[in-house]
Amino acid sequence: MNFQAVRAIYFFEMARFFRTLLQSFVSPVISTSLYFVVFGTAIGSRIQEVDGISYGAFIVPGLIMLSVMTQATSNASFGIYFPKFIGTIYELLSAPVNYFEILLGYVGAAATKALFIGLVILATAAIFVDLKIIHPIAMILFLVLTCISFSLLGFILGIWARNFEQLQLVPLLVVTPLVFLGGSFYSVSMLPPIWQKITLFNPVVYLVSGFRWSFFGNADVPIFVSLLAISSFTVACIIIVAWIFNTGWRIKQ
Amino acid sequence: MLLQVNELRKTYATGFEAVKGISLQVNKGEIVALLGPNGAGKTTLISTICGITNPSSGSVFIDGYDISKNFRDARKLVGLVPQDITLEPFEKVLNTINFSRGLFGKKKDDALTEKVLTKLSLWDKRDSRIMELSGGMKRRVLIAKALIHEPRLLFLDEPTASVDVELRQSMWDVVADLKKDGVTIILTTHYIEEAEAIADRVGIINKGELLLIEEKASLMQKFGQKILKVELQKKLKQLPKELSEKNVKLSDDGLSITYIYDTKQKKTGITKLLSNLSNSGINLRDIQTDQSSLEEIFVNLVREKVE
Repeated sequence: MNFQAVRAIYFFEMARFFRTLLQSFVSPVISTSLYFVVFGTAIGSRIQEVDGISYGAFIVPGLIMLSVMTQATSNASFGIYFPKFIGTIYELLSAPVNYFEILLGYVGAAATKALFIGLVILATAAIFVDLKIIHPIAMILFLVLTCISFSLLGFILGIWARNFEQLQLVPLLVVTPLVFLGGSFYSVSMLPPIWQKITLFNPVVYLVSGFRWSFFGNADVPIFVSLLAISSFTVACIIIVAWIFNTGWRIKQ
Repeated sequence: MLLQVNELRKTYATGFEAVKGISLQVNKGEIVALLGPNGAGKTTLISTICGITNPSSGSVFIDGYDISKNFRDARKLVGLVPQDITLEPFEKVLNTINFSRGLFGKKKDDALTEKVLTKLSLWDKRDSRIMELSGGMKRRVLIAKALIHEPRLLFLDEPTASVDVELRQSMWDVVADLKKDGVTIILTTHYIEEAEAIADRVGIINKGELLLIEEKASLMQKFGQKILKVELQKKLKQLPKELSEKNVKLSDDGLSITYIYDTKQKKTGITKLLSNLSNSGINLRDIQTDQSSLEEIFVNLVREKVE
């Protein structure tokens, strides 16, 4: 195992994050505050309570998930796409590193960034609403697993993408709608019966639901189903990454 | 032997066969120049040896390590300076160099970093961002990145393509220094004067094949045409009949005759030429010969193969 190489990739990627610290830090704080102003205060004052929780607090897990998923995906995809785009990937391919070490470096860094942003949003939310976390260990577990799995997804996208447009496509057209429609801002039980069934095909529902359970103790779907969903998603991503590395798909001719 | 390439072939997915069964051996401490026109397969050959593209068939050993089975041991020995300037524009010089060393599994070594950067006149620029550097400096950063993990075998893929004369000379000096340190160097170029100036051996690649690889001196001798220039005492209006051959030419001013001959031939025809000159009553002022350059050798060789 070439730990030095993993370290080098990880810190090189993290340096990119720290270079844009203001953007990385301020942008989630501002957007979270905006969500609270719009959803929590303007709209939330008319909704009042969902499942016995104030609406402002109810949307916190969904808000965190929204940012974590999109940030993890775009960070990881950019991290591996950029060297491909500017050609510096030659160095990774000719270095004494195996694919697992490359993955560990890139996905580790992207997941760390996403986790950091998730925690910043959590802290910002705590300013606006009264937050209680009933299952803190489960909360951290869900958060970390989501960071890792969506970074894996981003890594796959970054390898798949042939241009910047494709790079933006999936986070914008797939991840964001799925999160918005995945019960981030509402409870599945608030939907008409037919949509309650359809929404169960959205994998994000299980993640948001499980994450919300770790905060408030109630969920749209049973917690073990949520755990199963996030674990299967992670495993699926790992299988795809393993296939990419074995075939050298879009990395090596 | 440091590098052994056996029957290496590379066919791209498009069906294009870029490398057609190249075999090559390079000894420790040698400088080998691979010469060839654009698209000859030089870069593909290097990329395949370094692990950037997968070989279609054949094998490569670096210091005895198979590049696929023992890729870690093999690649640790190799530094690569790519042809295109590929660097992260927003990174600082020092960071990008430390990154390269880390990738090769080595801890940061400040003394070595200073030594390498100083040698390449980059020490003053260590905290500059890549995008602030000139083209020549960027190329030196690429070299620094390749040297920072102390490779034993260095590939320079067209190191002096599109650089000015001054930088080219300084690049050659760097190569000479590296040779002194015992680094084996394989460089590709399409500048023949570059191969002539720094290489011990010269290989000629065209259309995916290694046409030949020889000691530079013996190559030049073997394929060298020579030019015999005879200066005359008196102006000549035209060549006498006995001298009219296609290899003999009278200069425009009528004061000299040039004769092109092949050193490979048993009979060079010099004796005959000189006796013909004397029979025609032409008095000579001076005689000199010129060895043809690698460029002429190269052009002749490629043309020969095509014919």
